[in-house]
Amino acid sequence: MSREVHNGPTDQHHEARGTPYTGAPEGEPAPEPLPLALDGWHRARGGRMVEFAGYWMPVQFEGIMAEHLWTRENAGLFDVSHMGQLLIHGPDVDTALETLLPGELKGLAGRKLRYSMLLDDSGGIIDDLMATRRGEEFYLVVNGATKHGDIEVMRQALPDTIYLDHMTGQALLALQGPKAVDVLEAIIPGVTELTFMEGNAFHAFGHSIWISRSGYTGEDGFEISIPAAAAEQLADALTADERVKPIGLGARDSLRLEAGLPLYGHDLDRETTPVMAGLTFAIQKRRRAEGGFPGAPRILSEIENGPIQKRVGFDVEGRQPVREGALVLDGEGNEVGRITSGGFSPSLQRPIAMGYVATDLAEPRTELKLEQRGKLFDGTVAPMPFVPHRYHRKGAA
Amino acid sequence: MTTYFTREHEWIQVDGDTATVGITDHAQEALGDIVFTEVPEAGKKLAKGQEAAVVESVKAASDVYSPVSGEVTEGNQAIVDDPALVNSDAEAGGWFFKIKLSDTSELDGLMDEAAYRDWVKTL
Repeated sequence: MSREVHNGPTDQHHEARGTPYTGAPEGEPAPEPLPLALDGWHRARGGRMVEFAGYWMPVQFEGIMAEHLWTRENAGLFDVSHMGQLLIHGPDVDTALETLLPGELKGLAGRKLRYSMLLDDSGGIIDDLMATRRGEEFYLVVNGATKHGDIEVMRQALPDTIYLDHMTGQALLALQGPKAVDVLEAIIPGVTELTFMEGNAFHAFGHSIWISRSGYTGEDGFEISIPAAAAEQLADALTADERVKPIGLGARDSLRLEAGLPLYGHDLDRETTPVMAGLTFAIQKRRRAEGGFPGAPRILSEIENGPIQKRVGFDVEGRQPVREGALVLDGEGNEVGRITSGGFSPSLQRPIAMGYVATDLAEPRTELKLEQRGKLFDGTVAPMPFVPHRYHRKGAA
Repeated sequence: MTTYFTREHEWIQVDGDTATVGITDHAQEALGDIVFTEVPEAGKKLAKGQEAAVVESVKAASDVYSPVSGEVTEGNQAIVDDPALVNSDAEAGGWFFKIKLSDTSELDGLMDEAAYRDWVKTL
C-alpha cells in the first residue's frame, strides 16, 4: 500500500501543485522543524506530530472525524502558534498599511478585526491575514508558512518611521465551537461581550492576553494570543472543562473546507487575485473608489468586468474524495479549471471540493466533470459555505 | 493456512492456491478514518505489485497493491458499503479481495507475522 495523495495542511511528502509551503527560501533544504510552546503538551495527549510550516504540529489526536464533529457540537482547542503575530506601529500606520493591503484600515474602529490580503504589484495574493486596530498599533495575524516572507515584504515596503515587531514570544490558541463561549467565559469573564470580528485585552494567568471572537471553522469561537510561557496553563484550564478536546490540523482543514474558507498555498496564491478568489468583500467602498494598493488597476478592472476564473465550491457525486490537483473539465472534455482543496466532509458524510473555474461556468448548479488519476467524477458547482456559519454577529441574540 | 506480510503493509492469508488480501492494522491506523474503498471485481487478472484496490481516508488516498500474481475471485463488498470496517477489523472482516495464485513461489520473499510486527516497531 502506498500513500499517494495528501491534501490540506498536513502534506509531508508531496503536493500536487508542486510548491511545498515550508516557508524556506526556494532551493534550500528545509531546516529541522522547531517545537512550539505546547509541543510536550500535545505529545502527552497522544497528538500525532507532523512537520508543518517549519514546526512540529499535531495533525490529529483521537481521529480527524471525531475531532471535527466534536468541534461542531462542543468546543475544540487548536494550537495555531505557528502563525505569525505582528505588531505594526508608527505615525499614520493605517495610511502606510493601506499601501500594501486593499482593506479599509483608516476607517477601522478600535478593537475591530478586518480580513485582508497582502498583495503583489500584479494583484496576486502574497498572503491572507487578519488585521486589528489595537490603540495606536495594528496587530496582524499571518499564515505560518508565509510569515517570514511577509515580514520581508512589509519591512521593505513600509517607510522607515513604521516599526514591525514579530511577536515570537506569543502563542496563539483557538477555541472553536458552539460551547466555546460558555467555556471561556467561566475562565476569563467578559469574553461573552465580544461580537464576531471584535477583540479586547483581558487579564488572566498573571498576563495581559488578547482575545478576539474569530476563527477558521465557521463556528462561534475565540482566538487567544498569550505569552508562550503561559500557554500550557491556559490549555490545561480549557481542557479541564469536559466540553473541550484538543483538535489537530487535520480537522482544522476539514472544518474550514466545509465553511468555504480558502487556505493559503492551496486555494490562494500569487496566481490568484482577491476578485478571482471571491474575496472582493475585503476591498471596501473607499478603496475601490481610490485604489492605491498593489495591483489596483488589474483588481479594479476585474471588479468592473469580472475575472477570468472564479473560486467555487463543488458537490462531488459518489463517495470518493476528489482532492487538490484534480482537473475540472467541461462537457467536451476541455480543461476549464482545477481543484485546489477537496476531501470528505465529516459533517455532510460526502465528498466536497473547492477550486477555480472559468467565470462563465461558475454559476451554482453548473454540472462539470472532475478528473483525478485518470478517473472522471461528476461535480456540481455549489454555493459556499457547505455547512452554514454560526458566527456571533453583532445584534444577534 | 499461513499469513504473510509485505513492506507495503498488506497481509495475505494463503490456503492452498487461493489467498485473501487486506491492509494491516498498522496501515489503517496510519490512514485514519477510512471513507472510501474500491475493490477489484472477480475475474480481474493481477500481476504481483500491480495496483489492485483503492483506500481513502479523510486525509489521504492510497493504492493497495497485489502482493502476488493471479486472478481475483471476489472483492469484499462489505468494505465498499461500509469503509469504516477497514478501521475496525483490518486483519479479518475488513479484507479487500480474494485471489487465485498463479505462482506460489512469489510468497517466498514475504515476511511472516512476527517479522512484520518487529519491523513495524522500527518505523
